[in-house]
Amino acid sequence: MTEPTAALSPDTWTVAGRTFSSRLIVGTGKYKDYAQNAAAARASGAEIVTVAVRRVNLTDPNQPMLMDYVKQDEFTYLPNTAGCFTGEDAVRTLRLAREAGGWNLVKLEVLSDPKTLYPDMEETLRSLKLLVKDGFDVMVYCSDDPVYAKKLEEAGACAIMPLGAPIGSGLGIQNRVTLRIIIENAKVPVLVDAGVGTASDAAVGMELGCDAILMNTAIAEAKDPIRMAVAMKHAVIAGREAYLAGRMAKKLYADPSSPLAGLI
Amino acid sequence: MTKILLNGEETEVLAANVMALIEQIGIDPRKVAVERNLEIVPKSAYVATPIEAGDRFEIVHFVGGGD
Repeated sequence: MTEPTAALSPDTWTVAGRTFSSRLIVGTGKYKDYAQNAAAARASGAEIVTVAVRRVNLTDPNQPMLMDYVKQDEFTYLPNTAGCFTGEDAVRTLRLAREAGGWNLVKLEVLSDPKTLYPDMEETLRSLKLLVKDGFDVMVYCSDDPVYAKKLEEAGACAIMPLGAPIGSGLGIQNRVTLRIIIENAKVPVLVDAGVGTASDAAVGMELGCDAILMNTAIAEAKDPIRMAVAMKHAVIAGREAYLAGRMAKKLYADPSSPLAGLI
Repeated sequence: MTKILLNGEETEVLAANVMALIEQIGIDPRKVAVERNLEIVPKSAYVATPIEAGDRFEIVHFVGGGD
């Protein structure tokens, strides 16, 4: 009897020399409070959480702090540049993040239009070059343009993170063809970042062959975020396993599963 | 008192160095990062970094965020 292939070796992925088993990265925004946030992150099985860098509230320094709930001995923090619209802002933010956290794995996102939150790819590429020169390992949020994805990789991105749909839209994966082209051509990990609305969307993303999925709103804005976090955990595993298993061919007509021979 | 710009607000502070400033605000120095006049102040240099009139400080920390 042959062993199931899934048992042979652990299915891990590696970014900038760091290896992870969970293929789900979760954001830490939009939750009711940090306690719910931490519970959802734990329920999702995620090993990496994205975090933002913001000014300390000087008038009320005793406000609850993220670090006290979503703890760094439990999760790898991935500082992002959400809210940055220029390369200089992004670099400045991540230098502060590096000093606050003491690590150099970061997520770059340089946005353009506040309505679509689409990445400004020209500015993103320019920022990436500045950050790479400054010694950062940069995971890059990007559009689903295969040409720009290649440029980012050539400029030293340690992961490419194209959107599946606009940030926070929950529309599901809208661009399977371009994502698949990016995945096939990339030599660094590709993560679908943004667009997932529910568990089946996460499975679709993973079935395309991406290395991991990053999501925030789909969990945080579910009626029961903890339960949705569990659903996402299973969906990411299911999609990954289906991708590795290799799906059956699609056929136009029916093909019976029971033998036709021996019919009474 | 020294007049500085702290997180975008004009403020008068008594602190003579960055460590004293953080203590005066009442936050845990291990949980923040400090920028002075657009330059990062390493944690190891908090005591040695003076606060001078007109300095522009940013004191930040990690908060929840996704995309």
